[in-house]
Amino acid sequence: MSAQQAHLQAVGSQAAAEPITEQARRAADEARVGWERFQELIAEDKRVEPRDWMPDHYRKTLVRQVSQHAHSEIIGMQPEGNWITRAPSLKRKAVLMAKVQDEAGHGLYLYSAAETLGTSRDEMYQQLYTGKAKYSSIFNYPARTWADVGAIGWLVDGAAITNQVPLCRASYGPYGRAMVRICKEESFHQRQGWEILYTLSHGTEAQKQMAQDAVDRFYGPALQMFGPPDDESPNSQQSMAWNIKRFSNDELRQRFVDMIVPQAEALGLTLPDPDLKWNEERGHYDFGELDWDEFFSVVKGNGPLNHQRLAHYRRARDEGAWVREAAAAYAAKQDAQARETALLSA
Amino acid sequence: MPDKTPEGTEEIPAGGVVATDPADRSAWPLWEVFVRSARGLSHVHAGSLHAPDASMALRNARDLYTRRNEGTSIWVVPAAEITASDPDSKGGFFESPQGKAYRHATYYTQSEGVPHL
Repeated sequence: MSAQQAHLQAVGSQAAAEPITEQARRAADEARVGWERFQELIAEDKRVEPRDWMPDHYRKTLVRQVSQHAHSEIIGMQPEGNWITRAPSLKRKAVLMAKVQDEAGHGLYLYSAAETLGTSRDEMYQQLYTGKAKYSSIFNYPARTWADVGAIGWLVDGAAITNQVPLCRASYGPYGRAMVRICKEESFHQRQGWEILYTLSHGTEAQKQMAQDAVDRFYGPALQMFGPPDDESPNSQQSMAWNIKRFSNDELRQRFVDMIVPQAEALGLTLPDPDLKWNEERGHYDFGELDWDEFFSVVKGNGPLNHQRLAHYRRARDEGAWVREAAAAYAAKQDAQARETALLSA
Repeated sequence: MPDKTPEGTEEIPAGGVVATDPADRSAWPLWEVFVRSARGLSHVHAGSLHAPDASMALRNARDLYTRRNEGTSIWVVPAAEITASDPDSKGGFFESPQGKAYRHATYYTQSEGVPHL
């Protein structure tokens, strides 16, 4: 964080020639004005924009959240990208390529948004490369069968959408705008996943079983995508006070469960939770306790594929280095030639 | 949310603005992307991206911002070339139209009920 801090400064501190007291007074004045304006924007539910004064804690929270989100999209290409060459038909392959390309795009929208907060693109890439940055744990699970590709689309992207729709109204303008774009595109992802499972569950007995197995594997981890229970999620409250988060982890999880129960029925598949049942009084589905020990273990790096995901990212980045270097060299050459031509014609 | 200092005044948390453009610290420059969604409409800001030169920026912008026929034309502009108004001088810089409601048609009410006016 210290490298980043060097590029942020309190307003007013640049007037070095003035007496220190005058300078300090002005900096304090401008910080007060900035802080008041920030509070006003939050209180009126308006948007904070990149060049506004903001508390360091707000900035740090956003950089962490938005860059983690971006990293998740980038790493999220791997489980499905792995199936592109083995998709069961040319149509399925084209659809899957479009979806994986979308994930890359979503990563780029989010990196752009995070960058406006003062952390450069290359710093964020580096944080992912070195393993310093986190990404959503769900991508540390393998996609073992073609049905898993369906379950990922339906459940993983479904949970992501439930989480992301309220983020379209996040108080930080660039984040909200990136989320609007992403949400529009995600709905295709969820539907195509559901359709893969529908086709399988209406196929042979073995295909239906494959679909059921995939749902059994992804149900729990998908529900955990909303994060730990509210009483174990200390940062949530501050994020809600800042209008970054609009609903708590448990509220969103409940909303998601209520949505997928009828969707699972329409598939003719079951959800692997014996405690799942309609609660007339609450007007919601009750569901069983999730395995949080497993969740925290995967977050800490002990998931089935944490190591492979990062190794693959590093390899892709290393092997692509020559392309980036060639593009930069070409740009420099074109630039030099253009300048030479300008000199000659002058 | 605001904490109080022992003197009872409000404590201002540590904070600030972005002083150095983070785009300057990446290998490739930053480009702002504007997309015209259909003939007859203006180019509208869609987002930004990094690219080594203008032609790569255009190609990347096409792949990033028009995957679903969102555009018929794209502009890419080096972000460093954009001159922006200072957000801090918001009040002063945009002060002139304040209190000049007479610049809007809704200011004139005598014609209410008169057709086509």
